[in-house]
Amino acid sequence: MSDFAEAVQALRPQLMRFAHAQLRNDAWAEDAVSETVLAALAKPQAFAGQSQLKTWLVGILKHKLIDQIRRHSREVSATTDEDGEDIDGLLFDETGTWREAPAEWGDPEATFGQRQFFEVLEVCVEELPGVQGRIFMMREWLELGTEEICKELKITATNAWVLLHRARLRLQMCLQERWFGHKPAAV
Amino acid sequence: MKFLQRNCRQVTELVLAGEDRRLGLFERWSVRAHLEVCKACPRFVRQVKLMRQALPRWRAYRESLD
Repeated sequence: MSDFAEAVQALRPQLMRFAHAQLRNDAWAEDAVSETVLAALAKPQAFAGQSQLKTWLVGILKHKLIDQIRRHSREVSATTDEDGEDIDGLLFDETGTWREAPAEWGDPEATFGQRQFFEVLEVCVEELPGVQGRIFMMREWLELGTEEICKELKITATNAWVLLHRARLRLQMCLQERWFGHKPAAV
Repeated sequence: MKFLQRNCRQVTELVLAGEDRRLGLFERWSVRAHLEVCKACPRFVRQVKLMRQALPRWRAYRESLD
């Protein structure tokens, strides 16, 4: 095997992790990664060292992930019970008032200076349920607009907004619980 | 201006919607009007802002992992 092929293969496990976080399905993730590796090995001259190998491969992977999403759009957008859970009901009473007022999270820069914060954020994103997780990843990791998300998944904009709304609320709750609720009072 | 009145749940919904679509004029007004009189929701707005700033850094962080 050439050095290039070896370097590409060595990054496979990392590509698998990204693919799985996006698709949440082993078989589809495996397909997306295999297609990425094949595409990379078929065109080594396209790499030409203009960026890091990993960055280049992740760029290819993102396209392959969108192909998978398109191919399996019906299953990708099949909501689970967890997707339907009324997150707002946990946070607000019948009059629409906060059951418990949101906490002060303090200075963002101080938070971003801590690497562990991003580990927690990563866990919180990975724990987003089913379709919410996939759509959130499409929006925030693949950086797709809601219009494109709706087109690929064949869902309505309202549907996408509801799922993104719940995903963002879950993320807020998770960060409060796992990070901000644990650190000493904000300065 | 009663038609502009929204409760915290509705304002939260609009604030989050603003991350994924452009809010209409009345929506923006009603959010602003609520934030002026509410103590809790401005904190939520700051939380959303922090999450918005965190996400590009999270992308960079996860792609830099070995």
